[in-house]
Amino acid sequence: MKQNTESKKALPKRKQYTIIALAAFIVFAFLANMFFDAFTLRVFNLCAIYIVLALSLNLLNGFTGLFSLGHAGFMAVGAYVSALLTMSTQLKDMNYFLEPIVPWLHHVTLPFLPAIIIAGLVSGFVGFLIGSPVLRLRDDYLAIATLGFGEIIRVLITNAQSITNGAQGLKGLPRYSTTFAVWVTAGLVVLFMVLLMRSSYGRALKAVRDDELAAEAMGINVFKVKVTSFTMSSFLAGIGGALLGHMITTIDPKMFTFMLTFNILLIVVLGGIGSISGSVISAIVVTILMEVLRFLDEPMNFIIFKTDGLPGLRMVVFSLLLMIIIIYRQRGLMGSKEFSWDMLTGLFVKRGHKGGDHV
Amino acid sequence: MTLSLLFQHIVNALSLGSLYALIAIGYTMVYGILRLINFAHGDVFMLGAYVAFYGMTIVALPWWAALLVSIVFTALFGIGLERAAYRPLRDSPRISIMISAIGASFLLESLGVLIFGGRPKGVPVPDVLSRVIHFGSVSMIMISLIIPLFTFALLGVLVWIVNKTKTGMAMRAVSTDIEAARLMAVNVNKIVSFTFGIGSLLAALGGILWSFKYPQLNPLMGMMPGLKCFIAAVIGGIGSIGGAVLGGFLMGFIEIMTVAFLPTLSGYRDAFAFILLIVVLLVKPTGLLGKRQAEKV
Repeated sequence: MKQNTESKKALPKRKQYTIIALAAFIVFAFLANMFFDAFTLRVFNLCAIYIVLALSLNLLNGFTGLFSLGHAGFMAVGAYVSALLTMSTQLKDMNYFLEPIVPWLHHVTLPFLPAIIIAGLVSGFVGFLIGSPVLRLRDDYLAIATLGFGEIIRVLITNAQSITNGAQGLKGLPRYSTTFAVWVTAGLVVLFMVLLMRSSYGRALKAVRDDELAAEAMGINVFKVKVTSFTMSSFLAGIGGALLGHMITTIDPKMFTFMLTFNILLIVVLGGIGSISGSVISAIVVTILMEVLRFLDEPMNFIIFKTDGLPGLRMVVFSLLLMIIIIYRQRGLMGSKEFSWDMLTGLFVKRGHKGGDHV
Repeated sequence: MTLSLLFQHIVNALSLGSLYALIAIGYTMVYGILRLINFAHGDVFMLGAYVAFYGMTIVALPWWAALLVSIVFTALFGIGLERAAYRPLRDSPRISIMISAIGASFLLESLGVLIFGGRPKGVPVPDVLSRVIHFGSVSMIMISLIIPLFTFALLGVLVWIVNKTKTGMAMRAVSTDIEAARLMAVNVNKIVSFTFGIGSLLAALGGILWSFKYPQLNPLMGMMPGLKCFIAAVIGGIGSIGGAVLGGFLMGFIEIMTVAFLPTLSGYRDAFAFILLIVVLLVKPTGLLGKRQAEKV
C-alpha cells in the first residue's frame, strides 16, 4: 500500500527527529541545572520523579488492568530504606533521640547508587509478599486490599520507633536527587517500559488486562504475570519514593498517605490509562500545575475584594479535574496510544504551528 | 480487670459498633445495587455532622431540629452526588466509576477544608445527651446508651422497607439484575436515587451521633471511619444489611477490646481493620453472611 512505502521512507527521518529532540532536551536539562533558580530546578526535577511514579502505577493500572491504590506504601518503603542506608552515623544519632536506632543499622552508610537499588529491591520484595495473596482478588476488592496494605505499611512505619524513628520521621537526608540522577532514572524507566511493552512479556500483560480467560487459554500463566507486574511496579515505586525522599530531605509517615497515591492516579488518568508517553506528558503538566496553582491557597487580592488565603482550593481544583476527565474524557490525554511524530505533524497541518515538543 | 470495667468497655463497644453499622449499611446498599464502592460515603458522614453543627451554632436550632435538617439535607446531597458523579458512568468500566468516587471523596474533603476550615471544631453536646447515668457501679454517658437504641430502631424500619414495601421489592429486583428489573417496569434511576438517599441519611445520622460522642469535627474525620465501615460491610458480606450490622458491631468490639486488653498494641489500632479485611477476603470472600441467597438490597 501507498502508506506503507511512505512510512518506510520516512522512518529514518522520524528517528532523526527523536534524536534531535532528545539532544535538545539533554542540552535543556544541562542549562536548567546551571541557570534555573533553586525552586524552579526543584520543580523540574520533581517532574522526573513523578514520571517514574506515574509509569510504575500505569504499569499496573494501565497495562495489567490491576487497580492498585497502595502505591504510597511502596514509596514509603523505598524512601525509608534508602534514607536509612545513606544517612551517616552522626546523623542517625541526631535523629533518634526518643529511642536509639537498632544496632545493625547504626553504622551502615552506603553510597547512593547501591542504596537506591536496594531500596527498589526491598520495595519490590514487599510487593511480591503482598501481591501473592492479594492478587487473587479482583477489581474493587483488589483496590481496597491494596489500599489497606498501603495503610498497614504506614502504621508499621509509624510504630517501629527503633527502626524508622516513628512519627518523628527522618531529617537531613543527603541531597542525592540531583538533576542528573533523577532524569537519568526517569530516562531509564521510560526506556524499560517501552522495551517491556514491546516484548512478548508486555503483550502478555495486555492480554491479561483485556481478557483473563482468553489469556489463560493462550497458555499465559495469569497469576504469575500479575505477581511479576505487581513486583516490578513496587520496585519502580520504591525507586521513585527514594528519589523523592532524597529530594525533600525530610520524610515522615504522614507524607505517604492516600493523598500521594491520589496525585499519581490523577497523573495516570489524565495522561491516559495505558499510555507511556501520556504518563510522561501528564506527569510534567500536573507537577508544574501543582506548583503553579499554589497561589490558589494563598491570599488573593482582586480589585474588588480580597480573600485571606483559601487553603484547600488547590485540591478542590485537582479533584474536580480528575472527575471531569473521568466523566467527560475517559481516555485522558492520549488514550492508550503512544506519542508519534505523525501525531504532531497532524497537529501542525490542522492547527498550524504550535511550539513545544516532548521526549 | 473488674467486672464493672468490662461492662464499661462493652457499652463503649456497642455504641461504637452501632455507629459503624449505621455507616456500613450505606456502603452495603449502594454496593448491592450498583457494585460500586462509594468512596465518598465517609465524607457524606462528615458533611452530616458539620451541617448539624452549623445548625446548632449559627442558626441556633435545638439539637433535634438541627439533626432533622441535617439528615434531610445530606440525603438530598447524596442523591445529587449520584446524579453528578456516578450516573454518567453507570455503563462505563467499573474502574472509571471507582476513580470518579475517589475524586468525589477528595473533592468533598478539600471542599470541607475550604468551607469549614481545617481547624477542628468543638461540638456543643446537648445536656440531655451528655448526662452521666449510673447502673450500680457502671456509669455511662446518655449518648452511649441512645446510639444503640437509635440504631436498632432504624434497622427495624429499614428491614421493613426492604422486605415489605413495594419500593423495597424494587430495590431487591434492581440488585439482582438491573436489566431484568428495568424490563419489569422498575424505574431504576428512581430506585438508585432512593438508595443513595437512605444511605446518606444513615451516614448523616451516624455522623451527628458520632460528633455527640466524640465532640470534635474536622474535614477529614470521615476518612478512617469510612474505610473501616466499608471493611465492616465486606466482612459481614457486602450487599447484605444484616451482614453490615454484624460487621459493624464486630469492628467496634475488636477495636475497643484490643485497646482495652492489649494497650501496647493500640498504636496499630487502624491496621487491625485492614488485616481483618485481608484475612476475610482471602478465606471467605463473600463475607460472613454473604451467601448466594443472602438478602441483597
